[in-house]
Amino acid sequence: MSGWLTALAAIVLREAARFIHQRGRFLAALVRPLVWLVVFAAGFRAALGLSIIPPYQTYITYEVYILPGLCGMILLFNGMQSSLSLVYDQEMGSMRLLLTSPLPRWWLLLSKLLAGVAVAVLQVYVFLAIAAFMDITLPLAGYVLVLPALVLGGLMLGALGLLISSTITQLENFAGVMNFVIFPMFFLSTALYPLWKMAESSELLRDICAVNPFTHVVELIRFALYGQIAPWSLLWVLLGLAVFFVAALWGYDPARGMMGRKARRG
Amino acid sequence: MILKASLPALLFALGTGAAQANKVFVTNEKGNTVTVLDSESWEVTAEFEAGNRPRGITISPDGKLLYVAASDDDTVRVFDTESYEELYTLPSGPDPEQFALHPTGNPLYIANEDDNLVTVTDTESRTIKAEIPVGVEPEGMGINPEATFMVNTSETTNMAHFIDTSDYKIKHNILVDQRPRYAQFTADGKTLYVSSEIGGTVSVIDMTGPEPVTRTKIGFEVSGVLPEWLQPVGVKVTSDGKWVFVALGPANRVAVIDAQSDEVVDYILVGQRVWQMAFTPDEKYLVTTNGNSNDVTVIDVHKQKAIRSVQVGQQPWGVVVQPDMAQ
Repeated sequence: MSGWLTALAAIVLREAARFIHQRGRFLAALVRPLVWLVVFAAGFRAALGLSIIPPYQTYITYEVYILPGLCGMILLFNGMQSSLSLVYDQEMGSMRLLLTSPLPRWWLLLSKLLAGVAVAVLQVYVFLAIAAFMDITLPLAGYVLVLPALVLGGLMLGALGLLISSTITQLENFAGVMNFVIFPMFFLSTALYPLWKMAESSELLRDICAVNPFTHVVELIRFALYGQIAPWSLLWVLLGLAVFFVAALWGYDPARGMMGRKARRG
Repeated sequence: MILKASLPALLFALGTGAAQANKVFVTNEKGNTVTVLDSESWEVTAEFEAGNRPRGITISPDGKLLYVAASDDDTVRVFDTESYEELYTLPSGPDPEQFALHPTGNPLYIANEDDNLVTVTDTESRTIKAEIPVGVEPEGMGINPEATFMVNTSETTNMAHFIDTSDYKIKHNILVDQRPRYAQFTADGKTLYVSSEIGGTVSVIDMTGPEPVTRTKIGFEVSGVLPEWLQPVGVKVTSDGKWVFVALGPANRVAVIDAQSDEVVDYILVGQRVWQMAFTPDEKYLVTTNGNSNDVTVIDVHKQKAIRSVQVGQQPWGVVVQPDMAQ
């Protein structure tokens, strides 16, 4: 058992070290949601009339509405970022070193996921602290209760990143991931507009948003921030986590997965 | 999971456990009803018919009688706060809208918008004691804590009239900004706040000298909201005189004013077309009526934050909270 924990600690510390050494990355990760919060939300302050929808009990400003979506954005970018780092590891060869460990592969990949989530959750809390400083506050209990939602959502998006990384052979392809994964996932979700607002423009758009797993990460966070559980979103996120993680394991299995194909191609 | 579900409930219980539940009465101008809410659960507990176009609402000092100005019935309807039965009506003169009750519970001072009068109605003998001619379109009614003066604002004359309650003579007039709507004294009677709907200001009037003097006028500004939407209507002051809350109508905001500096410190987002407001007796909460979104918003007075909004009848106009009743 201690060997397992050693592996987990090593992977988390490596991720943490990587994170600490990349101060620019930390700043960029924070600036991105803050720009949305300050510039985008301020512009829409009065333009967007929000009717009262659960979990909110009264009228809210747009900044309050998009806060959970921006927390989700941090998790999403981190999930993709760690997939990027895996591609980097593949190219540099440290991946091979990691995977030659006698421990089961799923544990190593899960450790990798947990390491990524730890970094992401830290960023979310710093972001929430800055938001609170800007007078966008939440119920006090919400800051604690959101933690399990952040971890679950982070794991799910990390698993998705893992799955994507198993199909990418070169670092340069990350731009493609940005265009075809991050942006559609973010914009076609409830991060920026509630579902009823989407339905006003198109039913199809609403349906796409409703099945987007990122929507459910955002809603899980949104409800948790107000001390409530969104059962449907919870189910969806757990399902997404299971599917993406199993698929990623398959992808990283040298006997069957895409790694093998990559090796053959390379 | 258990922690998730129970912690907020526990925190909620801790936060509100000490307060006594009071009945909150809301007049629904279009729905022709009064909605009753519970000030602890904030659930609607009842709704009853209240005549045509109920607007102004107040309650007797003992909390037993509810006075509702049924504007289109040209009368004030009196309801029992327990059974919600209509007990009798009071003569009010035509189109009563706002009124002020003498601190002892008698008489009732009623503004008659169409006749440029203030009607004084004896709530016990149920007769009109006096009719006082005032400016054009009288609207707001306020009374100072000592009950020596009542204040009436006239919408077209743009004046606050100070009427002596002993001889019903106008003793002073003060010019305020366009379309004055509401007059509210501080608990110590030293300051009077008058809101001007079109002028977009609240006049702060000093009452300590021999004559009332306008000390300053407070303007409002909300980024992203057109200036003409900033229409101050209802005004409430905490009993310590430190905080003034002003309902800003179609701006959907309640302004919070620091009474020491006469400066707006915050704008609280509430429902649409916020009109009148009332404190709970412990002043923990302020309830606002939101005419266009058909709901009331509950503001945590200490935190200066809206905590929830509750659907009531059609076009809520006025609100009053029952005082703490003897157990």
